Amino acid sequence: MKTILTSLALGAALTGGPALADLTFPSLSYRTGPYAANGMQFADGYADYFALINARDGGIGGEMINMPECETAYNTEQGVECYESTKNAGDGALIYQPLSTGITYQLIPKLAADGIPMHTLGYGRTSVSDGDVFKWIFNYPATYWDGASVAIKYLLEENGGDLSGKKIALLYHNSAYGKEPIRTLTELSGMHGFEFSQIAVDHPGQEQKSQWLQIRRDRPDYVIMWGWGVMNQVAIQEAANIRYPMDQIIGSWWAGSEVDVLPAGDGADGYKALNFHAVGDDFELYDALEEYVWSQGLGAGGGEYAGSVIYNRGIYAAMIAVEAARKAQEIHGVSAIDAAQMRDGLEQLEMTEEKMAELGLAGFGPTFSASCRNHGGSGRVAINQWNAGDQTWSVLTDYIQSDQELIARLVEEDSTAYAQENGIPPQCE
Amino acid sequence: MLYREAGDFKTSYRADSQTFPIRLDRWAYYATLAAAVLIVPLVINDYWLNAIFLPVLIYGIAALGLNILVGYCGQLSLGTGGFMAVGAYSCYKLMTAFPDINIAIHVVISGLVTAAVGMLFGLPSLRIKGFYLAVATLAAQFFLVWLFNRVPWFYNYSASGQINAPERTLLGVPITGAGTQAWATYLFCLAFLVASAWICRNLTRGAIGRKWMAIRDMDIAAEIIGVNPLRAKLSAFGVSSFFVGIAGALFFAVYLGAVEVGEAFGINKSFLILFMIIIGGLGSILGSFLGAAFMVLLPVLLKNVLVGGFGWPTVLAAHLEVMIVGGLIVFFLIVEPHGLAQLWRVTKEKLRLWPFPH
Repeated sequence: MKTILTSLALGAALTGGPALADLTFPSLSYRTGPYAANGMQFADGYADYFALINARDGGIGGEMINMPECETAYNTEQGVECYESTKNAGDGALIYQPLSTGITYQLIPKLAADGIPMHTLGYGRTSVSDGDVFKWIFNYPATYWDGASVAIKYLLEENGGDLSGKKIALLYHNSAYGKEPIRTLTELSGMHGFEFSQIAVDHPGQEQKSQWLQIRRDRPDYVIMWGWGVMNQVAIQEAANIRYPMDQIIGSWWAGSEVDVLPAGDGADGYKALNFHAVGDDFELYDALEEYVWSQGLGAGGGEYAGSVIYNRGIYAAMIAVEAARKAQEIHGVSAIDAAQMRDGLEQLEMTEEKMAELGLAGFGPTFSASCRNHGGSGRVAINQWNAGDQTWSVLTDYIQSDQELIARLVEEDSTAYAQENGIPPQCE
Repeated sequence: MLYREAGDFKTSYRADSQTFPIRLDRWAYYATLAAAVLIVPLVINDYWLNAIFLPVLIYGIAALGLNILVGYCGQLSLGTGGFMAVGAYSCYKLMTAFPDINIAIHVVISGLVTAAVGMLFGLPSLRIKGFYLAVATLAAQFFLVWLFNRVPWFYNYSASGQINAPERTLLGVPITGAGTQAWATYLFCLAFLVASAWICRNLTRGAIGRKWMAIRDMDIAAEIIGVNPLRAKLSAFGVSSFFVGIAGALFFAVYLGAVEVGEAFGINKSFLILFMIIIGGLGSILGSFLGAAFMVLLPVLLKNVLVGGFGWPTVLAAHLEVMIVGGLIVFFLIVEPHGLAQLWRVTKEKLRLWPFPH
């Protein structure tokens, strides 16, 4: 079934013609390589939402969605090839969501030069939330630094507001992605007086014996984990092996899906992770997906991953793209928008409770509104916990607000440095 | 028929030992070069540049470098990725420390820095050889990647550990950064490739190249006839690393623009470039180019045919690609273990005798 859909989509992309190629949202997916287990779920969610909009609503404002897919294998060189081969597909790509920090760094200058927006939903370079410098890039609803700040806030709450003397270790993927929270956590350790240590795991992360030996020796009170793909599974299994208490580990939102915890079985019970959207399939939208997509055989993975954390994130990413396109159509009064108009839609996007309820996703994510300066959303993040008994994630807290003052200062520092290095004038004056 | 030698007489030693002794070959070379310099820049677009030309040119330089070491001097090395990283990081440090100096000079200096590092890691080659040396250079690979990940000075203390190429120009034309033009970056890398090939060709057919080859063929015999193994091996490591470093600098600054060391210069890169020279042909300049082109173009071609042409799902195509590329490598090694260059050499021999073979 996937074959049929993809061949249809690609056939449309190839044969072109004004009747078929309309709003083009390329999907840079990875269904192979060390991160495939996660990449597949995201790509399925992303594709299914567009399939639903096409099948149920006849596209966005009457314009059908065209989604050429390109396999990157999470590799930057292939990502560049994919970007170049899809940017002129149809009437030109409207938005990129590459789901890879490495590819994001690669594309930030290229997209700005080509005038195509990119939305890095909770990943990529954190300081792109400063819209003053990064005109074309968006990363709402929350950034890595929000995530790190919320993790510490949660721990503060657990410990009666005092973390002094506690030991917190960061176990991170030794790449740009994994290093992102270090700066924030270092600042926070100074503010709250906890001892902060960093333990790196090299790509792809299958080998972690020595790191967990170190954790067993140091016995940190909490472990914050910034992992992705196979690294998460191994880490959780290793933690279970050394009997490290699961409820003292907090994963980032990329280390908090079913595929990460299932291999460890009952050992993973109580594992916590950050998240900025809801889990499960208890939403009206899923009934529509069943009716128009999966039962029709249009589902990218036959609905296999429906309701999983990363699948939901794919849905979320696609939903933002669609809503931004709608907003752009509304602002500019045309249905066949171009990339520059799409950017305006992203910049003036506002997600409210009512809007999400209307889409059949009531309470799915935090509310936020973007602006010229704010491309990073509200920075509110919740904590989830894994229940190994019934194999579900449950939401442990409400959305917690990150330390906005600190984050704003750090973002300002980083984006100003970038602007100076690259000679970018501020755009929001 | 294609390769007539009739009437192509050599009357001097100079004419006899030129790079392309057959007139038709020479013309083909000049025609290719002219097309590459005069025609391609006019028609090149972003897709052709970034998906095909830049990787082929840059990997071509890296393969040339490795071919000097492995193909000509017989010193097996698995440290290519690490040495490319040295080139990339020295280029980054130079670009940020001396923004006013033009980028071509930075690239060349990066090559020199890499040559020094390469010679340092080449020192064990004096005592060990073959697979043992391969393991020693493998250590260089892992050590260098670890070093660039570990020491914040190398990435200017940036929050993410990524290095980004700021805009740098040559004669007022941007070569790195976002505002580059396809023709400019293409010509910049092409110039480096042509110069590298010219230097390599002349080094390998001169005294120094003969010393390398003597060491490769039998090091003890070479020592007896007066080749200094220390100088020969270290010069091979130095020259090889110089070109690998230049390739690394171009790979980072011109092609990708942003690099994460573990991902871009991991062990896979070392293997990839080793495959290139094995498939292309060990000890052959042309082989380096053919190998680089083969390894870069085949996946892109397969992707375009399977996904673009037949409309197959990307995941199926991606898996098939791995199988087909792997299968072809095995096939080539069985059918022609001396690589594509040898295939071309044999074809040429046959064409020269056609239609009257012995």
